[in-house]
Amino acid sequence: MTASPQLVAIPERRASVSAALAACLPAHSVLTAREDLLPYECDGLSAYRQTPLVAALPATVEEAAEVLRVARETGTPVVARGSGTGLSGGALPLADGILLSLGKFNRILALDPLARTARAQPGVRNAQITEAAAPLGLYYAPDPSSQIACSIGGNVAENSGGVHCLKYGLTVHNIQKVRALTIEGDDVEFGSDALDAPGYDLLAVMTGSEGLLALLIEVTVKLLPKPQTAQVVMASFTNVESAGEAVAAVIGAGIVPAGLEMMDKLATAAVEDYVHAGYDLAAEAILLCESDGTPEEVAEEIAKIEEVMRKAGSTGFAVSRSEAERLKFWSGRKAAFPAVGRISPDYYCIDGSIPRGAVARVLRRIGELSKHYGLRCANVFHAGDGNLHPLILYDANVPGELEKTEEFAGEILVLSIEVGGTITGEHGVGVEKINQMCVQFRPAELAQFHAVKAAFDPQGLLNPGKGVPTLNRCADYGAMRVRRGELPFPDLPRF
Amino acid sequence: MTGQFITELAERVRDHAARKAPLRIRGGGTKDFYGARVEGAPLEMAGYAGIVAYEPRELVLTVRAGTRLADIEAALAAEGQMLAFEPPRFGAAATIGGTVACNLSGPRRPYAGAVRDFVLGARIVNGKGEDLSFGGRVIKNVAGYDVSRLMAGALGTLGVLTELSFKVLPRPPAQATLAFEMDEARMIETVNRWAGQPLPLSATAWEAGVLRVRLSGASSAVAAARAKLGGAEVADGPAYWEDLREHRLPFFAADRPLWRLSVAQTAAPIALPHPHLVEWGGGLRWVSGAVETARAREAVAGAKGHSTLFRGGDRAAGVFHPLTPAIAKIHRRLKDAFDPAGILNPGRMDNF
Repeated sequence: MTASPQLVAIPERRASVSAALAACLPAHSVLTAREDLLPYECDGLSAYRQTPLVAALPATVEEAAEVLRVARETGTPVVARGSGTGLSGGALPLADGILLSLGKFNRILALDPLARTARAQPGVRNAQITEAAAPLGLYYAPDPSSQIACSIGGNVAENSGGVHCLKYGLTVHNIQKVRALTIEGDDVEFGSDALDAPGYDLLAVMTGSEGLLALLIEVTVKLLPKPQTAQVVMASFTNVESAGEAVAAVIGAGIVPAGLEMMDKLATAAVEDYVHAGYDLAAEAILLCESDGTPEEVAEEIAKIEEVMRKAGSTGFAVSRSEAERLKFWSGRKAAFPAVGRISPDYYCIDGSIPRGAVARVLRRIGELSKHYGLRCANVFHAGDGNLHPLILYDANVPGELEKTEEFAGEILVLSIEVGGTITGEHGVGVEKINQMCVQFRPAELAQFHAVKAAFDPQGLLNPGKGVPTLNRCADYGAMRVRRGELPFPDLPRF
Repeated sequence: MTGQFITELAERVRDHAARKAPLRIRGGGTKDFYGARVEGAPLEMAGYAGIVAYEPRELVLTVRAGTRLADIEAALAAEGQMLAFEPPRFGAAATIGGTVACNLSGPRRPYAGAVRDFVLGARIVNGKGEDLSFGGRVIKNVAGYDVSRLMAGALGTLGVLTELSFKVLPRPPAQATLAFEMDEARMIETVNRWAGQPLPLSATAWEAGVLRVRLSGASSAVAAARAKLGGAEVADGPAYWEDLREHRLPFFAADRPLWRLSVAQTAAPIALPHPHLVEWGGGLRWVSGAVETARAREAVAGAKGHSTLFRGGDRAAGVFHPLTPAIAKIHRRLKDAFDPAGILNPGRMDNF
């Protein structure tokens, strides 16, 4: 990035904006010292780092509103941050911007057992909601792998998923209402306590908007009754094609499993070494398929799943016999990222989402690209809903390897678009996939996105530069030449 | 067909935008009664029909907006699948485009989700005559703002829907309908308590002291729930739910105004001097009879909900619940962002 005139004046800006913030926030809630700002330099996508102008840690809605007022009056951009576990750089600070941490908004405000809702501040951790609801026999369904750390506000900002999305939906399906502050100073509610709200579905637009539209200050989530029982099946396959076929066959048999995950050999080996879940190390791919419901229902479904898996060529098959064993089977999948982190100095996670029918083809192509770039790639995959997470293993200390990794990752994303999928299933665009947005969307669509943002944030102060590329940026990226009709598979519907 | 139809449609929209001449978007005309009245040249969509892609093993369906709901549901049924939001048709000509535009969901809504929950992608022509695609044909997709879901319930005021993609689901193998006698307050408490338990609920309706509950799912789960809940088995269950969905029950007599009160599911009974029918686990309360608009607005305020004059009645004071000024401001700007000339179904949502 070349230094813009604003960046040259950073020290002066820092002094004036932090003084304005200090006038309305307690002293310890405004951070300007280099060492205090370090923890905010990056989110879960640590390859990108930036020191913010200043960090503000409001503790109340009034204080958060004051931060937005200062931002508005001084024309300073604001980047909101929850737990900082995001994987697309959505919470990457801006050099000339305020980093607004919602870490102090960490309370569950209400739990209504009869209405089956929880009202939480945005900094509440995902798992905290389920822990609080457990005594009522209820839980919050979306469970991203980072659920012990990630915040519910971040989940709404990214429309986070998890391993149970096919049956239970994404964040957008599991929230009822949010309260937010607009950059113009309005305290608003999107959604309602009823099952719908008058007017446009602003809750849908807000969900997954990556902090570009308004600042979340409360989230009302729906809670579901905890299924009586759940069992998970672990099936081995000698190639990814037959595992892919088994996935399609399970869905084709009219089963909507509670979770359906695939891991390839490299991922399985990394995980097994880490958690000792008893995975089949000889298999080229393993599937984890969960059934939940009443004991009778689960028994019926597991029997059906077993039959389908065997027909599809499963070479090994195990069913969890206890809750402890079920959790053990899942422990490996949930720990896949850290496990891969142990076998490589660095890894780069990709989030393409594709039609399930294209799984085998895409995995084959990823294998070819892996050879071409000379970089190993472990595949973990939310197979039930077509969401791939290839993990490219690299070493940032080897000159040029990160650049090579990014190029590899970019090719996988474009491949995802080519087969009729999308560049991001659940991690968001952030800063990471902003160039590939130029491939997935045409200029008029990107312009429409910018117009949507302007309807909420006319000054463009909320998390600017993330999520949606400018048309100039796309022109620079050169992807504008790849118009939809000229993509390699023009016959595939792409919307 | 796709290319030419959409090209011509986009040209027509551009022409109307240049002249600021309103368009009234129309599918099968079965929901003409719904929303505020629109003046404008008809833009007929029923001719743009057909299934573009349907992959049962992907659980994904893509259709042209003018496709009849009946045709879609027949194609899905042939594969043992369904639109889980159980949309009402209100007439044989009902199209999927109109269903999405109105965001109308049926009895299964509280337990499966609304129309918007199953929309995966939308191709639209906005008010500038631009052919735009949002979302996709995959279950998970967070690239860009969720414009597809924004189209659900926008009544065509933000764009002309041309093609739509949905997540579809397998039909549950077993179903049963049970009836219980109880008063309204107890019904509200009961159905919400049940919803907090792992029971295969798929619909509830209460009217004149009788609660009907539908169970759908694996046969073992339906049998277990039936044993647990008790009640009397209703023989003509499927017909009842269809008549409810289509507003063919005697309660929905066509000559009376119909108010739709969408409220918190657990809200206490709402006192209005007319017969009412409660579905959606307490969340949807239909009131049959003339109610002053101000009175209806007031009645839902305490129930954390909103009121719509769904059919008939005195529509002078607007049919939809008024928005707060801050939300109305965002609506106004969104309308301008999609339809700067204000030509798409202007006023169908009262002010938008």
